[in-house]
Amino acid sequence: MVELVWLVPALPLIGFVLLLAVGNSLGEPRAGWLATTAAGASFVVTLVVFIGLLARDSHSGERSYELVLFKWLPAGSLQVDAGFLVDPLSITMALFVTGVGALIHLYSIGYMHGDPKYSKFFLYLNLFLFSMLMLVFGNNLVVTFLGWEGVGACSYFLISFWHQRESAATAGKKAFVTNRVGDWGFMVATFAIWSALGTVTYTEIAQSPAMATATGTAISLLLFVAAAGKSAQLPLSVWLPDAMEGPTPVSAMVHAATMVTSGVYLLVRMNNVLTDDALLIIAVVGAATALFAALCAVAQHDIKKVLAYSTISQLGYMFLAIGSGAYVAAIFHVITHAFFKALLFLGSGSVIHGMGDEQDMRKMGALRLAMPITAATFIVGWLAIAGVPPFAGFWSKDEILLAAWEQHNIGPLLWGVGLVTALLTAYYMSRQVILVFFGEQRWDEEAHPHESSWTMTAPLCVLAGAAAVGGVINLPLVKDWLVLEHFLEPIFNHPHHFSSGTLTKIALAVISVAAGIVGIFFAVMTWLTKRIPNDRLEPDFLENAMYIDATYARVVGGVGTSGFQGTANVDERFVDGAVNGIGKVILKTGQLIRPAQSGYIRNYAVGVAVGALAIIVLLTWGLLR
Amino acid sequence: MVDTFVFIVAAVVCLVGALGVVLARNPVHSALMLVMTLFGVAVQFVAQEAHFLAAVQVIVYAGAIVVLFLFVIMLLGVDRAQSLELSFLPVQRWAALLFASGSLAVVVALILAVGEPVTGVEAMGGALGSTDDVRLLARSLFSDYVYAFELTSLLLVIAVIGAVVLVRKPRETDAVVAEDRGDA
Amino acid sequence: MEVTTGWYLVLGALLFVIGGTGLLIRRNPLVMLMCVELMLNGVNLSFVAFSRTLGDVGGQTVVFFVLVVAAAEVVVGLGLVVAILRRQPGTTADDLSALKG
Repeated sequence: MVELVWLVPALPLIGFVLLLAVGNSLGEPRAGWLATTAAGASFVVTLVVFIGLLARDSHSGERSYELVLFKWLPAGSLQVDAGFLVDPLSITMALFVTGVGALIHLYSIGYMHGDPKYSKFFLYLNLFLFSMLMLVFGNNLVVTFLGWEGVGACSYFLISFWHQRESAATAGKKAFVTNRVGDWGFMVATFAIWSALGTVTYTEIAQSPAMATATGTAISLLLFVAAAGKSAQLPLSVWLPDAMEGPTPVSAMVHAATMVTSGVYLLVRMNNVLTDDALLIIAVVGAATALFAALCAVAQHDIKKVLAYSTISQLGYMFLAIGSGAYVAAIFHVITHAFFKALLFLGSGSVIHGMGDEQDMRKMGALRLAMPITAATFIVGWLAIAGVPPFAGFWSKDEILLAAWEQHNIGPLLWGVGLVTALLTAYYMSRQVILVFFGEQRWDEEAHPHESSWTMTAPLCVLAGAAAVGGVINLPLVKDWLVLEHFLEPIFNHPHHFSSGTLTKIALAVISVAAGIVGIFFAVMTWLTKRIPNDRLEPDFLENAMYIDATYARVVGGVGTSGFQGTANVDERFVDGAVNGIGKVILKTGQLIRPAQSGYIRNYAVGVAVGALAIIVLLTWGLLR
Repeated sequence: MVDTFVFIVAAVVCLVGALGVVLARNPVHSALMLVMTLFGVAVQFVAQEAHFLAAVQVIVYAGAIVVLFLFVIMLLGVDRAQSLELSFLPVQRWAALLFASGSLAVVVALILAVGEPVTGVEAMGGALGSTDDVRLLARSLFSDYVYAFELTSLLLVIAVIGAVVLVRKPRETDAVVAEDRGDA
Repeated sequence: MEVTTGWYLVLGALLFVIGGTGLLIRRNPLVMLMCVELMLNGVNLSFVAFSRTLGDVGGQTVVFFVLVVAAAEVVVGLGLVVAILRRQPGTTADDLSALKG
């Protein structure tokens, strides 16, 4: 049953091809159902493969399976196969990717209703799913890179889906270019790994001996550059808020649940290569990003922008976990985050749809009465992200904070940053919930907010359920309940063990819950009951993301532009000049020789005569001397 | 003694004629000078005991070809004097001079260097006796060189046809040619 | 002073050179053709001289052929000259410069 793994990416690919061919004639909603069926079938097959893997494990204790389709790049000592690796990490990723993906496909059927490019949307979604699955299931860096590039391209297509809007087109380009910086990191890291270890296959990398520290750190940092590009960490985080120009299902799927987690996946996959120095840097950057994004989220007015910055912040948490060596915690948070962030995005999409495409939270309020299901599920998501037990977010976030505390260089500092971020997270999410669903109604009567259709609310309910109970896969209370950790064990050569005593763990947990409650309380005070004045709580500095975009524009635009101009000049003058110069030389030579073609027969006769004489002299030179 | 005398006279005749061909202003004079040269060459042929060739030379060359030349000259009326102050092609004069002096130098040098040419190759057409050159020539022509002989006869036919075609006056009913000439 | 082959050869060479120079110098097409005849005669003389020296009748055969070919060539050449000069009387070799590049 594990052998069916190739079917998992193949099904969305078939969906893509079919939609490409007949999508327009299928029309809505059949094109949407086709795509959803492909995604749903892919999920089912993933489950089958998962069961097969478990069966394999119980039979032979072997928890991984490699399926090689064909030799892709046989080039001397570089042997790259087109192969799939089914092991705990990839199957975990695939399960929630296909699961959440299928739900979002279903949701999109209702959300994209009435859009003229309906079938094209599903075409891109299926292609995206295919690329993501190739990324996750690839058995070597090159196949993963194929998926990596694929998701980047699909992200571009989907962000600029409504391309007539200038802002959407620009956002798509921004995302693509920023991603490209990450891709550069990926490529150079791949080359370096091959040159250092002689292989790019994951199983072989996992078993290779350690490299020289300098090389290892360099490669780790390059991999982190790649991850930062894809997962929107500082300084490459600028594309994610702008990516909200795309339709909400895209924001949910690509920029919350799946694509942005591929950076985390990459680092976890390459855990054998990462050195301690690099891990420290990763932790610091992750923590800094988390705090930065949380601060920016506090001042946003657009319902999706809040969630975008929230995503960046939560991703920062995941990298903090990786930097602290707790890979399982990072994957755990990836899963729970996928559940509740997708839920929050889809919920916000439902709100936007119900409010007739209104996205400004200042024009909402008291929507819980008009949209009860959306409100209820959104609240579940809110509680999860705020870290309120027993919802899923609490368990994963708490594990990360524990790992940060235990980080051997600057643990407590990282923990402190994480704690402040948790507080801010609780605050801004509560602010969002209050502004949208509670308080007084700030919208006029023409906007008829209504609950969305079942295709949109059903996924919300499923995801709410997952966000509520998802923590169960890795409960830390009893050793045997750490299901995820045991499952992922074979991936890591040096599994992470928490060294703190139980008392420390409980204390830290209590403090983090307290921070969450303080945040919620503060938000309620400020926005609901209006006891605390709120005019200075949304400064422009934070709303414009600390002017990071403007800084980039000035640096790249100023210095960069002159650099580019210089290069263009060199190209024009030297390269073009050389090529044109050759042409000119040939022309001139031709014109010099032209008088020889005088047209006069007698001149030609002279040529013949003198030439013949010369040849005779040449031939009889010996005799003549 | 006689040989030398004959040779020198004939040589003078040849050379005077040649210079006349090149330097004469009137083309008719050139043609007549050519005849003189041809006679001189014929005498040289006789001196070398190629009697048949001498006869052929006079009959064909001087008697037919030069006459043809004169026909054309008279027909076309180019007998008016033409300036010898030739080219506005500046390079031409010097090139001709170069060619002349160069060729002469080379050939004379070769002749002197090689001396009496004796290659020892077997006579292809048979050894040349003193009186039966006609028979030998005929035998050589029709046996060893028969292929070339046939080809040259073909060549003569082609030349005749070509000449006829070239000088054909275009007929009025020939639409293409008439159009070519610019008529309706 | 005996007349050796060399003398004939020199004479032939002189005829050839004079003919060649005339060909390069004169503009009247008919005179140019006559100069070609001169060159051919010079060559003929050399052939006959060699034939005599080497005792090979092949030289004379060649002269025979040269004669034939010269005749054919004159026929065609004069035909061309007639065709050209009939259209444009007074044409010289320099006027036929359509091949100018």
